[in-house]
Amino acid sequence: MIRIACPFCGERDHSEFTYGGDASVVYPPLDAPAEDWAEAVFLRENIRGMQAETWHHVSGCRLWLIVERDTMTHEIRSVRPAHPGIARALGINVEEEA
Amino acid sequence: MSARRLIQGGRIDREKSLRFRWDDRVLSGHPGDSLASALLANNQWVLGRSFKYHRPRGIMSAGVEESGAIVTVGKGDRRVVNTKATMQELHDGMEASGQNAWPSVRQDLGAINGLFSRFFSAGFYYKTFMGIPPFEWGRGTGMWMWYEKFIRRAAGMGNASREPDPDHYDHVHGFCDVLVVGSGIAGMSAALAAAEAGLEVVLVEQDWEPGGDLLGQYGAEAERRRQGMVQDLQTAGVRLMLRTTAFGLYDNGVAGLLERVTDHLKDPHRDLPRQRFHVLRARQTILATGAIERGIAFGNNDRPGVMTADSAGLYLNRYGVLAGEQVVVATNNDSAYNVALDLAGAGAEVSVLDARARIPGRLSELAADADVNLRNNCTVMKANGANGIRSVNVAIRSGGTRSGGTRSGGAWKAGSRQDCDLVLVSGGWSPVVNLMSHRGVRPTWNADIACFLVPEPHEGIRMAGAAAGCWTVNDCAQSGLSAGRAAARALGREVTIVDAPAPGGWESPIRPLYEVRIDGWKLKSLVDPQHDVTSDDVRLAHREGFVSVEHLKRYTTLGMATDGGKVGNVIGLALMAEALGRDIPEVGTTTFRPPYTPVSIGALRGRSVDTHFRPLRRTPLHDWNLAHGATMTMAGLWHRPWYFARDGETISEAYVRETETTRRAVGLCDVTSLGKIAVQGPDATEFLNRVYTNPFAKLPIGKARYGIMLRDDGIVMDDGTTWRLGETEYFMTTTTAHAAKVMAWLEELLQTRWPDLRVHVTSVSEQWSGCAVAGPKSREVLAACVADGAILDNDRFPFMGVIETELKGGIPCRIARISFSGELAYEAYVPSDYGPAMMDLLWAAAAEHDGCLYGLEALGAMRIEKGHVTGAELDGRVTLEDAGLGRMGSENKSYIGSALRKRPELLREDRPRLVGILPRDRSQKFNAGSILCHPDAVSGLGEGWITGVTHSPSNGHWIGIGFISGGHEAWDGKTAIAADPVRRGNVEVEIVSPHMYDPDGEKMHG
Ligand SMILES: [Zn+2]
Repeated sequence: MIRIACPFCGERDHSEFTYGGDASVVYPPLDAPAEDWAEAVFLRENIRGMQAETWHHVSGCRLWLIVERDTMTHEIRSVRPAHPGIARALGINVEEEA
Repeated sequence: MSARRLIQGGRIDREKSLRFRWDDRVLSGHPGDSLASALLANNQWVLGRSFKYHRPRGIMSAGVEESGAIVTVGKGDRRVVNTKATMQELHDGMEASGQNAWPSVRQDLGAINGLFSRFFSAGFYYKTFMGIPPFEWGRGTGMWMWYEKFIRRAAGMGNASREPDPDHYDHVHGFCDVLVVGSGIAGMSAALAAAEAGLEVVLVEQDWEPGGDLLGQYGAEAERRRQGMVQDLQTAGVRLMLRTTAFGLYDNGVAGLLERVTDHLKDPHRDLPRQRFHVLRARQTILATGAIERGIAFGNNDRPGVMTADSAGLYLNRYGVLAGEQVVVATNNDSAYNVALDLAGAGAEVSVLDARARIPGRLSELAADADVNLRNNCTVMKANGANGIRSVNVAIRSGGTRSGGTRSGGAWKAGSRQDCDLVLVSGGWSPVVNLMSHRGVRPTWNADIACFLVPEPHEGIRMAGAAAGCWTVNDCAQSGLSAGRAAARALGREVTIVDAPAPGGWESPIRPLYEVRIDGWKLKSLVDPQHDVTSDDVRLAHREGFVSVEHLKRYTTLGMATDGGKVGNVIGLALMAEALGRDIPEVGTTTFRPPYTPVSIGALRGRSVDTHFRPLRRTPLHDWNLAHGATMTMAGLWHRPWYFARDGETISEAYVRETETTRRAVGLCDVTSLGKIAVQGPDATEFLNRVYTNPFAKLPIGKARYGIMLRDDGIVMDDGTTWRLGETEYFMTTTTAHAAKVMAWLEELLQTRWPDLRVHVTSVSEQWSGCAVAGPKSREVLAACVADGAILDNDRFPFMGVIETELKGGIPCRIARISFSGELAYEAYVPSDYGPAMMDLLWAAAAEHDGCLYGLEALGAMRIEKGHVTGAELDGRVTLEDAGLGRMGSENKSYIGSALRKRPELLREDRPRLVGILPRDRSQKFNAGSILCHPDAVSGLGEGWITGVTHSPSNGHWIGIGFISGGHEAWDGKTAIAADPVRRGNVEVEIVSPHMYDPDGEKMHG
């Protein structure tokens, strides 16, 4: 029964959100070979512990968020907009991923 | 058997009488009674029959652990089965009855099952699959189906009402600093300590009075103490919730609470919910949930008249009911002595059989003073009597030491018979650690006090009082104070920490005793009385190879009844440990899962019923449609016109006329429910080109294009038309069913994958009303409605053209020349509020051409004739090729799904492909949902399936659309069978191209 602190709306009940998926997946370019796409679409780590996930504030501001959540305890470590431009507009520092 | 109400004592109001019906009798009780105490006061002992063997059952406890007095309460559509009479407050006019017996609990014919108990032993359900040894008689699924009917009838658990639930239920969401579960002395102390530290505290109590164990103690002092604490709680601002069970603990401090609002009322106000389901978020939680007294497995330990010792004290001190005149108390610990003394004080003749060798001197003296007959090294081996207790056989310890006997309680020999009418048992106490177990915490076995404990706080949850193994009143108070202060400190309050008392507190240690077994005696002793699991069943399970307690539990069904193992789990574990030659800690314990006590489905669903569960969506044309004769139907959440009957037409007559009129002249159809998305921005074109399988890069302004989008895995997600309104602006339509999904998908792509694309998507489904204008006369009709009819000329407005214009009267309007029906057709959209005005205009113009309104049935008929796909075909398993739309997949660009749609399995020629279906005998009908089979193999999964059928007005016979292996080319000239064994039987069909009407599209291009 998690609550997610949406950077735009504030802390809200999870029932306002829908779960997206593993946020660590990097989708290949559209013209990448099928093998790369198969890996991105079908292969998932089954993480016990902290996992980055996408969540959609579907009954709120409609932002897609990246939520770091512990899959064992449901503890949430961080929430930020998936879109870096939106994050910047909300004054949230987005670390550039190397 | 001689239970009776005393003339004084207890917390009942003798001034008032409550009349209630029990089976065919009218009885009376008093305010303050539970149903169980009222039944006991009326000397009613046989209250039900057991699950498998139909053994007589009566009251075994006074709380949530009750496994005997499980009854049906209420009548008609408010009949609630499996109610624990011990937890049900009595009210005037209550109707209650026994369960699982015919013709009545007192004369039950099903008791004959007891004679066949060998066949009902552990694993019976599983064994019936394999047949009964030695010849595996009755083997196989067919026989199991036969057994099942018999089992279900024999092993009923009450007969629930078949009527819809007339009550409503509320959901409540709340927050607090500290949640305290249980209002015994520990809970009240904890709540007080936390509240005094300035915290917001909620104290929940499943009973209708606060006080816990204090309610069952004798004397004015306990009551004074209770009232004083309740007063203090109120002063300190603690929110006390009575009749509320914390049934589960979840992550992030969430507790599920069930508040019973009206179950105790005779005529509840109709606006009151029957129950409230609370989701309470607490920063800290204290579980002062008490402990439950265990029994001892001896012969016939489930007979009416055998109950836990503590409950007899509660019936006496709380309800003023003396449960028996001649009482035998079997104990292995100190706790039963208070009860024995109280009963003796109330006039009963009491014998205590203490399994221990040494009894504390003080207790011996008290017993002697009260004329209680006390015997050490003794216990009960067997209770005698059919529907009640007449006597017990005493067991006497032989050898005296553990080494000579079995682990589960030493060696015993048969002693003399002793007359009695009530047997009270105390085999020790099990702290209620259930809620902690919900959080994944494994309790540990404390051998000193013979119980499972959770010593460490976890996730801000603490145990207090008897739930933490504190057996004395003062230790419980101290334990509560300690937990309350610790919670306050955890929340940053400056409070002095108080040490928690060590578990225990009895003068003399408990001597574990789980089962009394004597060589040469065949004793039927129940471990889980509610599921009729015997101690022999546990040993049988072990002999058959079950060594894990989790398996034991499932195989024997031990602990899987409505009490969730509160009574039998520890005894079952002890017996399993003995069978395995191990100690209890090595065997471990099973995991308790929510709910702690049963929660009604009604409470879970709350207000989410009917349209609150499934919201009804109406288009802005709803009233207009109704005023023009629409019969409505559900399409997803939408209410849409089904057909518009004229002069008593049937639905078949109406839709055939609508189809014919549309194909001959013109028809109008409300298409507002389609999803509509505004796609705007400098990169909108690039975005659409990546999302759709077909080219969108060069769609001119003023043109629409049919598009299909795939999922990442190459399967079709949705289809629709997208209109280019300007350089940077598009108007996308989706199917009705997938509108929300497509919107979320586009947002996901833009926000997570392609943040560099400068595109904004906005759902405008509710901003626009839409009407399809279809048929050869559609151009004339529309031309009569727009401000300048000339713009609709074929040259200026060709197939797939888009214009933004005005309808007469200045109504802004956008129109595309697109066709779902296969005729010359347009879709016109106006801002929603103008919808009815648009329909008035169009309908007046259509009437000039003898046009019609048409609904979903005609729409469906026309699209099946054309072989157009809908959600029934695009079911999440279908590729472009499967849907006959392979040409829609561009080879000159990459798009979502383009890589994975080329997986070899998805390109196999023999995949089910979209086809048309005709009955070989044109007079025959077939059904959607039929399985398409090869004539030689009408079985199994077949070769395909039918997704839609209609009686085709154009063809004059039934046609269908569906999928079959290899598509229509593979079935050319062959016969297939549309198999529908349950409804219609088998129909011979031929497989044709899905385009069964105007395959070259001459009409819609015309
Ligand atoms: Zn939000």
